[in-house]
Amino acid sequence: MILVAAPLLTPLATALLCATVHTRPRLQRAVSLSGALLLLVVGIALLARVAREGTVAMTAGGWPLPYGIAFVADRLGVGLILVAALMITLAIIWQGSDADAAPSSAMLHPLLHGLVAGAVGAFLTADLFNLYVWFEVALICSLGLLAQGGALRQLDACLKYFALNLVGTLLLLAAIALLYAATGHLNFAAMSQAAAQVDAAIMQPLIGLLLIAFLIKAAAFPFFGWLPASYHTLPAPILALFSALLTKIGICALIRSLGGTFQPAPAPLFEMLGWIALLSMVTGVLGAAYHWDIRRILAFHSISQVGYMLLALALASRTGNTAAIFFALHHSLVKAGLFLTAALIFHQAGHYDLRRIGGLYAARPLLAGTFLLLALSLVGIPPFSGFWGKYLIVRESLLQEEYLWAGIALFVGALTFYSMMKIWLEAFWKPHPQSNWQPRSGNGLLPACTGLGILMLVVLWVGLYPEPLLVFVTEATATLYGGAP
Amino acid sequence: MIWAVALALGTVITAGSYLALSRDLLRCLVGLALIGNGVNLLLFAAGRFGSKAPPIIAEPGRTLGAAANALPQALVLTAIVISFALLCFSLVLAVRLVQSAKCDDISQLRSAEPPADSPIKPALEDEP
Repeated sequence: MILVAAPLLTPLATALLCATVHTRPRLQRAVSLSGALLLLVVGIALLARVAREGTVAMTAGGWPLPYGIAFVADRLGVGLILVAALMITLAIIWQGSDADAAPSSAMLHPLLHGLVAGAVGAFLTADLFNLYVWFEVALICSLGLLAQGGALRQLDACLKYFALNLVGTLLLLAAIALLYAATGHLNFAAMSQAAAQVDAAIMQPLIGLLLIAFLIKAAAFPFFGWLPASYHTLPAPILALFSALLTKIGICALIRSLGGTFQPAPAPLFEMLGWIALLSMVTGVLGAAYHWDIRRILAFHSISQVGYMLLALALASRTGNTAAIFFALHHSLVKAGLFLTAALIFHQAGHYDLRRIGGLYAARPLLAGTFLLLALSLVGIPPFSGFWGKYLIVRESLLQEEYLWAGIALFVGALTFYSMMKIWLEAFWKPHPQSNWQPRSGNGLLPACTGLGILMLVVLWVGLYPEPLLVFVTEATATLYGGAP
Repeated sequence: MIWAVALALGTVITAGSYLALSRDLLRCLVGLALIGNGVNLLLFAAGRFGSKAPPIIAEPGRTLGAAANALPQALVLTAIVISFALLCFSLVLAVRLVQSAKCDDISQLRSAEPPADSPIKPALEDEP
């Protein structure tokens, strides 16, 4: 079953290879790009396999379960791996342009692949302690990427990211220790069976602690501080990769534990998760409404969108979990696209702050169209991708007679629309504040536009023809590893 | 034994939390490292104490009785290595940060988020 481990081994091997050829930047770039493309191919092969035969598993060293450390490729994991592979490919392609690309350095490519390896490991593993290890791999690589620029604001952002994420990691480790003490297992499936035998009064606080650790990683209210403190200091391609992967690691772990391993989880936890979700949605979107820097606006939107995924999970039904997975996949693509579009806006107009730019609609209509499409996808205007996710969530809330939750979800959608229109009005409609402003020439933007174009095709496909993805996601919920079949 | 470990754990986590809430950058990092060590101790304690018998099956076919649990030891070793790496990284980061910011007060370190000049408008930065 080497195919299950292949998406993990590919970025690890690429990272090592890139590190060994760090003295030759062109060769390193070629190795890095081929590694990313290989990951894409491996991901598609694994997807074909999983679609044909269902969930495939691999145990390291051939130890029988529950003693061996298992890697399991189910539909949720494979879907997220494909998104990760697509995003790192686009990020490396983007590096060839001069639109807010990361300054080239020896460790950039190894760290990018290391981050992807950590994320892929977290998506694939079926062992709680192993999950912690992959979280740490992703954490240390993202710290490296944050600190790379070496500017004061980047170091400052890196410190805040480090401190808050470390607290999350320590809580996760404590939860793992206590869950191991209570159930005697670390494998998800074995833990699931053992947890049913343990007193609910013991399990509830332990699962709660685990959820808090995952919520910190997912940047939910009130633990989201690390996200808006750090995202805006990153160069665009790395930022796009971060936004597609980091919060999704936490969301994926939450879906697995609530929808699989600890199913049925205690009802009070879902009630609390629902309120956390609502507060994330509202605070996130209010933060976005306050800010004027495009990257900060989009970073706060991530918190609000994470709220939607948590709300879907808190509905504690199969449809809810389906909506959460759909939303996670859609959000990775659309938010990364928006960050990349913001980089193009910055390149053309000269600043990320909306008060210093304008006039792009007349100068660059194609860019305006791209932004509008992605913004409407994020808001959830039919027929774009966000609509299907929100439709599932609101319909399920109404069916469960959670009218307040559905109402707030719709209200936050309106506020999302408001802050997206703020970018539209300020960056595109309004004339540029400097009367003699001319847009920069588009020379050297070909790699950037190619990358964004590929992403746009995927986003449009999800929006206009969501049926295959919806079927895939529904099956992903039904075959979620670690729980009852 | 378990009570002694529990007491040590409580003390270490309390001291760590106290330090981590300090405004001094270095104390904060040392506090986080202490909490990390406390959690490692918890991980170690998760696999029962008591037996000193090594978990080795001497002859095939026999089952292990009350042997020591080897798994938490493997886990805690991994966790120690990871937290050590993170501590080293954080110290280097702190040195660089203090050198370039010329201050080690956490509430003054806010170059990534400059204070706004009015409560309803975020600061207007020159640097993009």
